Amino acid sequence: MAHDPEPRDLFPPTTPGAPEAPTAPAETAPVLAPAAPPAPSTQGPAAPALSVRGLWKKFGEKIAVAGIDLDVPAGSFYGLVGPNGAGKTTALSMATGLLRPDFGTVHVHGLDLWANPLEGKRMLGILPDGVRLFDRLTGAQLITYAGLLRGMDRQTVAERTADLLEALGLAADANTFVVDYSAGMTKKIALASALIHAPSLLVLDEPFEAVDPVSAANIREILNGYVASGGTVIVSSHVMDLVQRMCDHVAVIAGGHVLAAGTVDEVRAGQSLEDRFVDLVGGRHTTEGLSWLRTS
Amino acid sequence: MVAHLVRLKLTLMRNTLKKSVWQTIGLALGILYGLGIATMALIGLAVLGTTAPETAGQIVTIVGSVVVIAWWVVPLFAFGVDATLDPQRFVTFAVPQRQLLAGLAVAGLVGIPGVVTLLVSLGTTLAWWRSPVAALAAVVGGLLAVAMCVVGSRATTTALAPLLDSRRYREVLSIAAFVPLMLAGPIIGWATAAIARGQDVLPVIADVLGWTPFGAPWAVASAVADGAWGLALARLAIAVVVVALAWVVWDRALAKALVAPRGGASAGKSKGLGWFDRFPATPVGAVAARCLTYWFRDPRYSGSIAVVPLLPVLLWFVGSSMGIDGGDGFRELMLVLGPLTAFTFGFAISADIAYDHTAFWTQLSSGVTGFADRAGRVLAAAVLGVPVVTIFAVVSVAFTGRWDLLVATVGLSLGVLATGLGVSSVVSARLLYPVPKPGDSPFKSPQGAAMATMFAQMITMLVLLALSLPAAGLALTNVLTGDAVWGWLALVVGIGLGGLFLVLGMRWGGRLVDQRGPELLQQVMSYK
Repeated sequence: MAHDPEPRDLFPPTTPGAPEAPTAPAETAPVLAPAAPPAPSTQGPAAPALSVRGLWKKFGEKIAVAGIDLDVPAGSFYGLVGPNGAGKTTALSMATGLLRPDFGTVHVHGLDLWANPLEGKRMLGILPDGVRLFDRLTGAQLITYAGLLRGMDRQTVAERTADLLEALGLAADANTFVVDYSAGMTKKIALASALIHAPSLLVLDEPFEAVDPVSAANIREILNGYVASGGTVIVSSHVMDLVQRMCDHVAVIAGGHVLAAGTVDEVRAGQSLEDRFVDLVGGRHTTEGLSWLRTS
Repeated sequence: MVAHLVRLKLTLMRNTLKKSVWQTIGLALGILYGLGIATMALIGLAVLGTTAPETAGQIVTIVGSVVVIAWWVVPLFAFGVDATLDPQRFVTFAVPQRQLLAGLAVAGLVGIPGVVTLLVSLGTTLAWWRSPVAALAAVVGGLLAVAMCVVGSRATTTALAPLLDSRRYREVLSIAAFVPLMLAGPIIGWATAAIARGQDVLPVIADVLGWTPFGAPWAVASAVADGAWGLALARLAIAVVVVALAWVVWDRALAKALVAPRGGASAGKSKGLGWFDRFPATPVGAVAARCLTYWFRDPRYSGSIAVVPLLPVLLWFVGSSMGIDGGDGFRELMLVLGPLTAFTFGFAISADIAYDHTAFWTQLSSGVTGFADRAGRVLAAAVLGVPVVTIFAVVSVAFTGRWDLLVATVGLSLGVLATGLGVSSVVSARLLYPVPKPGDSPFKSPQGAAMATMFAQMITMLVLLALSLPAAGLALTNVLTGDAVWGWLALVVGIGLGGLFLVLGMRWGGRLVDQRGPELLQQVMSYK
């Protein structure tokens, strides 16, 4: 978590809905259309894509997540923002089946994830932060591996692998070992592995960290298209401008609690999201110190 | 600067000790071991002093050369073992290079190997206690030898550092290092036996080594003792010139390393999908293809493959040195080759999830069943293991000429392989212990894990041995009675029982992965 937020000018403002530069080939569109979520039988037709209730996690003496409730509506582009150590990664790990919660429930499209882990995980595509990949595989092998693990057939896996490599600008490095990739390329190949089975819910932890502006624009376009065709995306980020521009919903997490959640306009209440965030989280202080650092 | 760097190294050592009790015990054992070696060496040197001066000089020169070569070469193989004073870490400090060099040289002596080398080098005077002039020459020679060790080792590692930055080269080297390690014991035993037979090779070896940088500093004293002043001067000159040269090489290489950024090695490539095209397009096939790719590309796995071809060589050495009355030795020992290889392959996947490290999340998040995961890993090991074990079993029978034992040997070998894979399927999901992380040297043992590792490995081996007993007993009965029926029984029981253990192991292990997947991921995450 030592990374600084990316400089904000990496992501030039775009008017909502304005088409971006068509960098991705057209044939990628069908790949990224999410599979229809299973008809929810127990809850109403409007079962949220992700519903989290009373999530708790304690590591030793430290309470990382202290009772988080969150509803992510199906078809939303949901941002999760919070300061370093707020519990974002812990909460997302529990919501995606990687970390068993001490208390609380997680429902994916109405299905209890921790009661039916295998079925639940099939609807999820995830990009965790701070974990390794099987980096002795080449980029193409890694995506293929992710697809075959999900039980997809060889033909589909091969087609989608080629599409994804092309869309993410990795086609030239398809045969390079992932261990020799740069940090940004590694993020992109992990994202491709999360997309290959066209999940109905994508959970991405810091997807834009270390990614160059052109690739970031490509990824945003892919994600926008995915949401437009009915998928749900959750991203965590430090970059407020990016979240304000890209997401329609946002939740602010700090100290293991949800401080505010709702549509972006509701949460920011007329302010910029960044100002609102600083108000909610607190901790800004003007400093008189470090005067020796001034060179003049 | 010298004092600074020495103090830094001592502080670093003290801080590692604070981390765990086991580190302290490890250091205590290391010191005891080092002191033991030094004491033995010093006693040996004093005893040498009573023998003929020629012999003393020859032995000091030969053993001393081995020490210098070890100082030069071992750090190349054992990269990442001790990087406490990696020059790269001083890049951002404005330290004058001359001072940095002197500091690193002296700090290189701080530590058990350095102190022992210094003690024993100065101790070579003991071998010349009857001739004070030679003893004085031995002090000079000993100090030169120590300089040769430290400066030479720094020169080779710093000069070759750009090469060692290449991942592929590093990996090949670390696997190659298994060869001398495995064979060191038998070769020394074999060489001692050869020397015992023909004493007259010693002078020749010593004479040749005396003209090389490795032996020259050690050989000065013996030349002085012989009164061959010209020879002594020549050897002294060689030693001084080479130390100076090594210093210059080190100086240049360091200057370059301090301004040139690390990395930039070309990226590795591999065409096509490899094993992913050859296995069925199922989750099991995907896991197997991934594992098999790692068997060949990850030095932590390929190390265990590299050991396999050495097993017959090792058995041959051991067998022939067990010879009675100078005969062929105990050729029948080779018959354990098949079961031993099977044991190696079975044991190799017993830490599979720990080897995955946090990359295990890929599998955890994909919703693949635990049984499919276990089956894929077993399949990958079996693709390599079954042919190799079978061939080795047949070869061992051919080597010993005991064709009457073919059925028993093959049966026992395959039985041990299946049992081993079954046991490992459970162990790798139940008894996790820290292993070298992906990309680390296979020799780098994770800190503070010695106890857990030993416990897990001991349990695995004991269970595997116990489960292999029925087939082993039948095969042994075949050897003792010479009745072929027991051999066929060993085949049936070995493969039948082994297959049963394999299926049970995969089921049990699969259930563990299903139930404890998130906990396993947390556990490997805690292995920093």
